[in-house]
Amino acid sequence: MSLLELRDVEVVYQRRDGTLVPAVAGASLDVNAGEIVGLVGETGCGKSSLAKAAVGLVPVASGSITFEGRPVHVLGRRARPVSERRLQLVFQNPYESINPRRTVGAQVADAFAIGRTQARSSWRPRVEDLLRQVGLPATMARRFPHQLSGGQRQRIAIARALAADPAMIVLDEPLSALDASVQAQVANLLVELARNLHVGMLLISHDLAIVRHVAHRTAVMYLGVIVETAPTADLWTAPMHPYTQALIDSIPHADGAGHLPVALPGEIPDPARPPSGCRFHPRCPRVMDRCLSEVPELVAKDGGRRVACWLHEAPGGARRAADGPSVAP
Amino acid sequence: MTTLLSVRDLRVWLDTARGPLPIVDGVSFDISAGQVFGLAGESGSGKTITALALLGLLPAGARTGGSAILDGRDLMTMRTAQRRRTRGREVAMVFQDPMSSLHPMLTIERQLTEHLRYQLGMSRKEADERAVELLTEVRIPNPEAALRGHPHQFSGGMRQRIQIAIALACEPRLLVADEPTTALDVTVQAGILRLLHRLCQEKDLAVMLITHDLGVLSALADTVTVMYAGRVVESGPTAQVMGRSRHPYTRGLVDSLPHPEAADRALVPIAGEPAGPESRPAGCAFHPRCRYMEPPCATAVPPLIRIDDGREMACPVDPLVASLAR
Repeated sequence: MSLLELRDVEVVYQRRDGTLVPAVAGASLDVNAGEIVGLVGETGCGKSSLAKAAVGLVPVASGSITFEGRPVHVLGRRARPVSERRLQLVFQNPYESINPRRTVGAQVADAFAIGRTQARSSWRPRVEDLLRQVGLPATMARRFPHQLSGGQRQRIAIARALAADPAMIVLDEPLSALDASVQAQVANLLVELARNLHVGMLLISHDLAIVRHVAHRTAVMYLGVIVETAPTADLWTAPMHPYTQALIDSIPHADGAGHLPVALPGEIPDPARPPSGCRFHPRCPRVMDRCLSEVPELVAKDGGRRVACWLHEAPGGARRAADGPSVAP
Repeated sequence: MTTLLSVRDLRVWLDTARGPLPIVDGVSFDISAGQVFGLAGESGSGKTITALALLGLLPAGARTGGSAILDGRDLMTMRTAQRRRTRGREVAMVFQDPMSSLHPMLTIERQLTEHLRYQLGMSRKEADERAVELLTEVRIPNPEAALRGHPHQFSGGMRQRIQIAIALACEPRLLVADEPTTALDVTVQAGILRLLHRLCQEKDLAVMLITHDLGVLSALADTVTVMYAGRVVESGPTAQVMGRSRHPYTRGLVDSLPHPEAADRALVPIAGEPAGPESRPAGCAFHPRCRYMEPPCATAVPPLIRIDDGREMACPVDPLVASLAR
């Protein structure tokens, strides 16, 4: 059993005119303790919806989400069940996710007040511990958010998540609001925390290059479905799905060589009216006849990989990926 | 290769109660026709302010100095009316977020032909024909229908293409693009980069590309100028500045990026955070974050020195610079 298990998750929104929009259309994913799983894809592919569903911020239309073996509840008027406090979320923009009118220390200590896990006298040393853990001086506790830079604020947001003593943190684009030199600092911090605290992390990002340095395993999402998952190094060196290949080819390299990246033709389609068959087929450079009508399943391959593409159809009845065990790197 | 725009000692500052607060502090560069000039830097480095100063679009209260010569005329001392004619007709700008720079309630036609009719005095019919041409140029599918649409009906990439079409309407010679692909997905970004590359080649257009993304600069720029805290720290041909960066800041930036060929190598961040205008250190502004800092760095601002591989850099600690200075 994995720490966090998403099984055939569907998230459906309703437009004002009543149209149903399946933002996530059957995605399965596992995250183990101490493991960082990257979830990448273009804007509108449903990765943020999947992240929100994973922590109960949006309801799922079908499928299941379990954390430590128990189903995750949808956030309502009542307090979150105690069992889910160890499942935390970090948002993209640290300028909006932190209260500007309260000190950093008070905000980090919120988790203790809500959790009633420790005596009030131990809050201060614990807050200082947490700040040090995310690479900030303990004196930061008395500061207000406006006195901090973007990188420091994102560290505070991570410290707040850590205050709840989490087993699992879902991070929605935690690096994209930061400057390049600071991005690397926070990326390295995530790797360190996952290793030292044995926390599982689901890292949502549109930046495949940074995910490659941070994540043990990477899942690629396209228009509501996961099209490929693999150990990160393998995914990069030998992508199996043409969409993964396209994502990699479109990344410009800062090597001064002047290579123009390859553009992927077309745009991500409207999730309310997904293409028939394989959802990627209208943009796929290697499209075949059967891609137009038959939906490829996410099937397990050697080396803990899974891919949903007719190019890699396993001879003789491949297992259905969602039923198989997840493979840790 | 002719120099189109020549910027010398450009300065932008704010007058505050505690004296002048420099935002851009003596920046010089040349932009040639048919070339992409890349301006790199992190937030707060002054790269956007540099572009706004050239276009005369600075917020009220900002003071400027230095010169920017386009065709023998100085953009910095131009009168308002003349500047307004220059802007759009000779120099056009593309911004980061097309959702906020396009008017949400006006049709694409209105926004695209406004320029043509006001600046070039075209009739409505002429302007419409030209608008279709422009949309075709930037590869908008079904341009006649697109003209009747509103911005929200287009994706981010298409909106950026429309914005480029508007900028190109009066056939400017210099296109200033400030983070033109930052809000886009990489797959869409690649298409915009190819479009800019093609325009540059086919129309002999000069592009001033401002971005923090060194990958984007590497792909597109012919020359790169790197700014830190309002000053230029390194500039030269892209192959030199990006491929074999010498300045500790540029090298630090390159090392902090995920590298395509060496995934197992850990990211090496630069310590600390970039300094904003109100907290810029004395001497070389990068010295508190620099691994190679020596005592003089903290007091004297290092001058830009040309070294023999065609680049200029401001670092007295660099052995090549030191040998030239001696």
